[in-house]
Amino acid sequence: MIQFQNVSFSYDSAQSVVENLSFTIGKGETVGLIGANGAGKSTIMKLLLGLIQGQGEITVDGLPLNKQNIPAIRQKIGFVLQDSDNQMFMPTVYEDMIFGPRNYGLSKEETERRVDDVLNRLGLSELKHRYNHKISGGEKRMAAIATILAMEPEMILMDEPSTALDPVNRRTVINTIRQLPQTKLIASHDLDMILDTCQRVILLSHGNIVADGDAEAILRDKALLEANRMELPFCLQGYPH
Amino acid sequence: MDKLSQAQSELREMDALAASDSPVHRLHPLCKLLVTVCYIVTVVSFPKYDFTGLVVMVLYPILLFQAADIPVSTCFYKLRVVLPLVCAVGLVNPFLDPTPWMQLGNLTVTGGVVSMVTLMMKGIFSLMASFLLIATTPMDSLCAALRKLHVPSILTTLLLLTYRYIGVMLEQVSVMTEAYKLRAPGQKGIHISAWGSFLGQLLLRSMDRAQELYDSMLLRGFQGEFFYADVPPCKASGIVYTLVCVLAFAVARLVPVTSLLGNLFVG
Ligand SMILES: Nc1ncnc2c1ncn2[C@@H]1O[C@H](COP(=O)(O)OP(=O)(O)O)[C@@H](O)[C@H]1O
Ligand SMILES: [Mg+2]
Repeated sequence: MIQFQNVSFSYDSAQSVVENLSFTIGKGETVGLIGANGAGKSTIMKLLLGLIQGQGEITVDGLPLNKQNIPAIRQKIGFVLQDSDNQMFMPTVYEDMIFGPRNYGLSKEETERRVDDVLNRLGLSELKHRYNHKISGGEKRMAAIATILAMEPEMILMDEPSTALDPVNRRTVINTIRQLPQTKLIASHDLDMILDTCQRVILLSHGNIVADGDAEAILRDKALLEANRMELPFCLQGYPH
Repeated sequence: MDKLSQAQSELREMDALAASDSPVHRLHPLCKLLVTVCYIVTVVSFPKYDFTGLVVMVLYPILLFQAADIPVSTCFYKLRVVLPLVCAVGLVNPFLDPTPWMQLGNLTVTGGVVSMVTLMMKGIFSLMASFLLIATTPMDSLCAALRKLHVPSILTTLLLLTYRYIGVMLEQVSVMTEAYKLRAPGQKGIHISAWGSFLGQLLLRSMDRAQELYDSMLLRGFQGEFFYADVPPCKASGIVYTLVCVLAFAVARLVPVTSLLGNLFVG
């Protein structure tokens, strides 16, 4: 469970990026975090991971986010970064995939099993021993997702997971997200993907929650979306309701 | 490919080179590290006029290039930037030391020339040995080996991160020069008026990326100590290799092999 209570944050004191934010995400929920560029989606994820500190209270599974709890909280959460180049830093995909599990003290055999299992599931076995600098942007994104899944976190945060993916990989990611039992928070402006994966949507504008509720209801609300610099999902555009 | 993306891909190629397979690659990283250090110490310890003694030391890199299946040309190509610098170090010697050393026909070779050549050889040999170490041992295994020697983890982590961050920085430079070039067609390099902002941007961006990379490591449980690839226990082959090499270096250093061979043939 993730809980934000009156959380505010600003990079420089002039203007706050996130203002007095409160929401709760229950166990097993899949929540889409949508909003225009600069709305504060990435910032919220960084706050949740303790990478930046703001005011207010954040709790994860009842643990308040503070210096003491940060390691425990981070171990619960897997984060797929917006820029995979910044996530994949080992020479090969395989080495990147074992980095997390081995840091958390998993045995070699267990790590190996997880790596193969995740790669199979995502249809990426072919990537295992490839060099990170010799795979395409889309492949790297898939590999980045694989590194996080190999850690089998209790919750997963994904920052714009569908950018740079071709239709097949995008579909794979969508199907994977749908199959994962974990609590998931997915930031994106790919509203079609959000519609396909999330039951609930939080709509952000300038660091404020404009709407929070049933995904279908919000994603069908043309006026609301357009007022916040977004468009109806493509799959809904042909059928007015 | 422009120079920068080339530099960047070369750095990565070193990773790939280090990850390939050969009898040398399979040796224990600690053995290779020790032998390399011994080699460099031996090479550097030759007296400054002992050109003939030093020549024998070339055998080690040459044999290793063969065994590791790495073309010598690759080494010189990768080291093309530093080699001239190393060679330049001795350039003033001929002027400082004009005492005649030996006579080649009409040509008088001065002590300065001999010490210059000796110094250059020392530099080149040491570079070749370091190159061979890095080209046959992945950075991670090397750091793991250092850890086994009880080098503090802060140093090995620093080494590894520096190695990775150089790549990040080069990548950033190449992205930025590409963006610049596309908007300044027909211009060679970056105009001096843009240097300031270019460097500033480069630093900021590299720092941002480095920060994010580091964050992503922290988020995956990194606690200041890299989990290095397992270093298997040292096999007999490694111990034999180390002993043979160290013994050979000692012989080459203490016994004037070249002159002995010379005497053998000349009488
Ligand atoms: N490191 C930073 N320093 C200063 N301002 C930042 C930084 N990162 C993001 N911002 C600002 O914070 C706001 C929210 O950014 P972000 O959370 O990245 O948005 P999103 O992910 O929704 O596109 C933006 O206006 C952006 O300009
Ligand atoms: Mg973002």
